[in-house]
Amino acid sequence: MFDHPTHLPAGPGVGFKPQHYADILAHPGPVQWLEIHAENYMGDGGRPLAMLRHLAERFAISVHGVGLSIGGEGPLDPAHLARLKHLCDWLHPASFSEHLAWSTHGAEFLNDLLPLPYTAATLARVCDHIDQVQEVLGRRMLLENPSSYLRFAASTWEEPEFLSEIARRTGCGLLLDVNNVFVSATNLGTNPRAYIDAYRTDLVGEIHLGGFDEDADDVGAPLLIDSHGRPVADPVWTLLEYALAQTGPKPILIEWDNDVPDWPVLAAEAARAAERMPA
Amino acid sequence: MTRQTTFHDALRDAGRPVPPGLLDRWGNSAGKRFDVYRNNVTLSLIEALRDGFPATAALLGEANFWAIARGFVADHAPKSPLMFLYGDAFSAYLTRVRPLAHLGYLPDVAALEWQMRLAYHAADASPVTADRLTPETLLSARFGFAPAVRLMRSDWPVAAIRAYALGDGPAPTGGAQSVLITRPEYDPVLTVLAEPQAALMEALMTGQTLTDALQPDADLPAFLTLILQQNALISLISEDE
Amino acid sequence: MSNALKTAAVAGALAAALTAQFAPAANAAGQEKCYGVSMAGKNDCAAGPGTTCAGTSTVDYQGNAFKLVDAGTCMSIELPAMMDGTMRKGSLTALERDLPMKG
Repeated sequence: MFDHPTHLPAGPGVGFKPQHYADILAHPGPVQWLEIHAENYMGDGGRPLAMLRHLAERFAISVHGVGLSIGGEGPLDPAHLARLKHLCDWLHPASFSEHLAWSTHGAEFLNDLLPLPYTAATLARVCDHIDQVQEVLGRRMLLENPSSYLRFAASTWEEPEFLSEIARRTGCGLLLDVNNVFVSATNLGTNPRAYIDAYRTDLVGEIHLGGFDEDADDVGAPLLIDSHGRPVADPVWTLLEYALAQTGPKPILIEWDNDVPDWPVLAAEAARAAERMPA
Repeated sequence: MTRQTTFHDALRDAGRPVPPGLLDRWGNSAGKRFDVYRNNVTLSLIEALRDGFPATAALLGEANFWAIARGFVADHAPKSPLMFLYGDAFSAYLTRVRPLAHLGYLPDVAALEWQMRLAYHAADASPVTADRLTPETLLSARFGFAPAVRLMRSDWPVAAIRAYALGDGPAPTGGAQSVLITRPEYDPVLTVLAEPQAALMEALMTGQTLTDALQPDADLPAFLTLILQQNALISLISEDE
Repeated sequence: MSNALKTAAVAGALAAALTAQFAPAANAAGQEKCYGVSMAGKNDCAAGPGTTCAGTSTVDYQGNAFKLVDAGTCMSIELPAMMDGTMRKGSLTALERDLPMKG
């Protein structure tokens, strides 16, 4: 076997798409690591796992869960947690991360990252769930800030402080999605730099970037949608530079999930991230 | 009712009002902002179906497929966070859609696509070793097939219709087809079996020995060649073992 | 078919199969079928485009009200009478399929 990297390199990575498999191996360009969505690699075998096994010999891998429903009101699904453990024990990824969101209700999986009110009850529940994840997986996880389209009247915490408190209680690290910060700040009329100033940038283990779509709400105010379907927007690159000045060099991921481009376009986007890495 | 139950119910039924306590940036009701989540859920599930049933979608055309997929999505939320397992009930659903009744083959095409997807994600398996391949063992042992192997019996030329829909074959003209799905390495392969071979495969898959299952009309050389070439046979289980 | 005949048949078939097995197969594993998109997992953390598509109106789809528009490959498939390989009795089967929509 081969050595499993225990950290993602502080350089550019991309979200892995099966159609890029051959190109990634032949022309990785600036890409130093890959992220996968955990749920796509929970089958019994076949090409997905074979590709992943092969890629893991060349690249550090980040496992990014999208289906655990850490913010769900119900208990974590023990079967899903066991699948995550099975995947991590097999793959030995350099990182595991999930979202501050919920996606499961009863027996239904809703296939979206749904928002949470930032209250004492949510805090207690999310911390319990993260404790459970870290105990079962036997590793520290990173928790990602969501993109918001609305806010809850019930919230008593600001989001960066809420995430800081979760990290303080559970010992988890944070994943800073700079595009989400920009999308949420635009949608909610807040200051994205103030958000990053309030974020525990010393706990950031990974940064995400992606493209958004532009829409408008009922009164014509801008409503940005976290579509991951286009290049990273200019103000998000600027905000990345602002964040990197505080975090120092970090693993930076380009997420492109809709209208996925050919490999050279994605590799070029990763190169733009590499150019901004502080020395 | 919990907060997430209220949110969920409004998410899944756009006829319900936006749940209370969801606000826009000025503190007014979230309104259209809530629709982002409604849209994400419904659209992502429809697109998962369209990606997972490409031949069914091509047969119906974009507008028809969207309308039918929307109906399915409204009735069938995923039961698992593994989206590659979404759509198991789609074929059965199509049999209940009245305007599709004249397209009797459509549910079978969807079922074939679903079975191919299961085959794609099935566990890996090593083919049976050569030392087990003796006439005596073949006759007396039960055949163990790879987890990817499936046999689909259709009243329709289902493999030909699928190929035609994907621009991969001529307009289908024939009759019933029995289709063997194998996965020699990583890609599912479809092979249309003549009826005697299909009956033989069916009997072997249900645990009969070749001695019991073999009928004179089966083309045994072709059959054995196929299952060995396709890495479909992974074990021969003798009674005395 | 006697057991002796079966043994002879199997011996011959096995010999043929083992010879053929080493010949290139028509659909050998080396051929990339590009199933990555249609069969790969669909989980991601992206949002769909905007607010105005599928999710924003009530689902007005009704089995009885829905009419196929003339599009799609199926419109060009005409299986000849008696060639669809079935024992179906046309209208009878259509009636059986004519179940009310759930919900």
